[in-house]
Amino acid sequence: MSTSTMFTPTEPGTSFSSRIGGVAKARETGIVLALLLVIAITTIKNPAFLFSSDGFRDLLLTPSILVVVAIGEAIVIITRNVDLSVGSILGLSAYLTGQMFILFPGIPIAAVFAIGIIFGALLGLINGALVAFAKVPSLVITLGTLYIYRGINLAWTGSDRIDPSDLPRTFLRLGTQTILGIPVLTLIAVIVLVIAAWYMKNTRGGREFYAIGSDPAAAELYGLKVTQRVLVAFLVSGALAGLAGVLYAARYGTVNAQAGLGFELEAVGAAVIGGVAIFGGSGTLWGAAFGAYLLFTINRALPVLGIPDFWQRAVVGVLIIGAIVLDRILALRQSRKLIEARDEDRG
Amino acid sequence: MASVTAPAPVPAPETKERRYLDYGQPLWRRVLLTREMAIIGLLIVVIIVASAVVPKFGTTVTLGFLFLDVTPILLIALPMTLVIITGEIDLSVASMVGLSSVIFGVVYQAGLSMPTAALAALVVGAVGGTINGLLVTAVGLPSLAVTIGTLALFRGLAVGILGTTAVTNFPRYWTQLAKDKIGDTGIPIVMILVAILAVIFAVVLHFTPFGRGIYAIGLSAEAAQFSGVRVKRTKLILFVVIGIISALAGIYYTLRFGSSRGDNATGMELQVIAAVLLGGVSIFGGRGALHGVIGGVLLIGVLASALRLANVTSDVINIITGVLLVLSVVSSSILAWVQSKRAKPGIPRRQTTDDAPTQGRETNEKGIT
Repeated sequence: MSTSTMFTPTEPGTSFSSRIGGVAKARETGIVLALLLVIAITTIKNPAFLFSSDGFRDLLLTPSILVVVAIGEAIVIITRNVDLSVGSILGLSAYLTGQMFILFPGIPIAAVFAIGIIFGALLGLINGALVAFAKVPSLVITLGTLYIYRGINLAWTGSDRIDPSDLPRTFLRLGTQTILGIPVLTLIAVIVLVIAAWYMKNTRGGREFYAIGSDPAAAELYGLKVTQRVLVAFLVSGALAGLAGVLYAARYGTVNAQAGLGFELEAVGAAVIGGVAIFGGSGTLWGAAFGAYLLFTINRALPVLGIPDFWQRAVVGVLIIGAIVLDRILALRQSRKLIEARDEDRG
Repeated sequence: MASVTAPAPVPAPETKERRYLDYGQPLWRRVLLTREMAIIGLLIVVIIVASAVVPKFGTTVTLGFLFLDVTPILLIALPMTLVIITGEIDLSVASMVGLSSVIFGVVYQAGLSMPTAALAALVVGAVGGTINGLLVTAVGLPSLAVTIGTLALFRGLAVGILGTTAVTNFPRYWTQLAKDKIGDTGIPIVMILVAILAVIFAVVLHFTPFGRGIYAIGLSAEAAQFSGVRVKRTKLILFVVIGIISALAGIYYTLRFGSSRGDNATGMELQVIAAVLLGGVSIFGGRGALHGVIGGVLLIGVLASALRLANVTSDVINIITGVLLVLSVVSSSILAWVQSKRAKPGIPRRQTTDDAPTQGRETNEKGIT
């Protein structure tokens, strides 16, 4: 009782200044600052990085596909699971997209999007069902389905590949088109992000994901439908990876059996850099999305800064480790503060 | 789990009965009716079927290539088993193979001798393992996140140092040594090294206090700490060891293909982990045995080799690896479910305690790390 009264003055949203303080303290702010810093330094070195029309477009466009995948991955990680099969789902969905246009010339683009999403959702459902019903660790299951989906992709694709000439021009244009200077793919990613982030923050269902991730046993005892929620998390992750596959086909035009290879680690990396705790229960989708932007922006910035892009992965590694060390320090500091607050309250 | 109910005075006779059910089985049942033996049995069946059906499978040439192919995975799977039994994981092993391969090549190219180059690679492995270990133990970070980071870091350093170039001018004596066979048995000489290491790891894991401590940590790190196991030191040692062994695998990989490249062994971490889990090691820690893991590695190797000889493409091998992995974990929980349905109500069931840790132990583990 007494603790709750103590915190009343600092409750979020009560005053403008406290809201500003909340933004400044938020974990995501650090990522955004790092992102802006990278962009600023690179732009000073080479103004075309930001100010040429292509530069600005690529800045927004390139990470969009990873953003979509990272959102799904973040939802799964928040429930204290992990989905390693997203790269394989993306690859399969991208190839399916190409096949759709070859098999059914004139198929509406909206239908292709729907098919890609539903297909991804089905693959995600398989993951989710295995994890949720058999109660086995998601790391193992999705490692298994990573192989299975990639194997199916290899068997189906073989040495064949989808070429830009197989795809209708309107679909390909979608990959580079801009509306008011903002690429369509980025718009799609942002729409997905806003909806998913709103859902996770403000709805009962969204908070249940966090509850499950914080303590699965407690969530179960509290009466949450853990099985169903975990199933939904994997379904969403699969659906978004499916959507990302369609976007991939639109963006690059060329799809072979290697599409999306290793994407799972990029997605997990983006989420972790963005402050989503690997063992669930905390972090936001905004953070994951900014993490994805930071990852890919650094990729593009390194060559501009004169660093051979071979070093890019090393930078990514340092970033991931830095992010989790930072999270650890923040968590320790907060728990110390809470203990201090408790003691002061008693005294 | 059983000890929790022990203090209550009433269920005392039941506890005794449960003990009898647990340990009353004859030795042969306890040895043979295990997951490890199921994997080894499956391996034998696959070998017999493959020898009968696939032409040229039983030849010494096939055997030689089979062993050469599985050696790096087998090497890394040994310490990986110990790491996973403590409830941790190391995803950076394949990147360490690549990094040590590059260091090996670069040091040799700088004009130093082969043993010096090998030593440098092993030192890099130890340093990398120490970084992982310290981040996990001293800083207290989850190993999954740490090693995803070092996976990118080590691979980045490897690719960064050599770029797209490769070092290939290794002396023939050494590259040949990696491929030489013992007489005409078809078994590569390097298998002697693997066998020695396997024996060492098996003895350490199964017959020393250190090894029992590894299981104790996996079952409950907190309880292990209180019963005198040095949890952090044990984990640190294991991470250093897995770094060194990964570097050793990197040296072997370099010599076998005669080429030191930054992208050597990309993605091998998943193959290693798949094999270890297939061999019956629980991802939550506390359970598993080395003979099962060796069986798991060989099972995947034999299947891949037999299917390749039967002109089945690599995609099907991927699918089979995945299906085996999923089945290996799903089957145990299905079995537990069936047993819990079959067992009569009212009698304390040992099976439920096997089932429960999937949820409970995980929370425990993560809570501590």
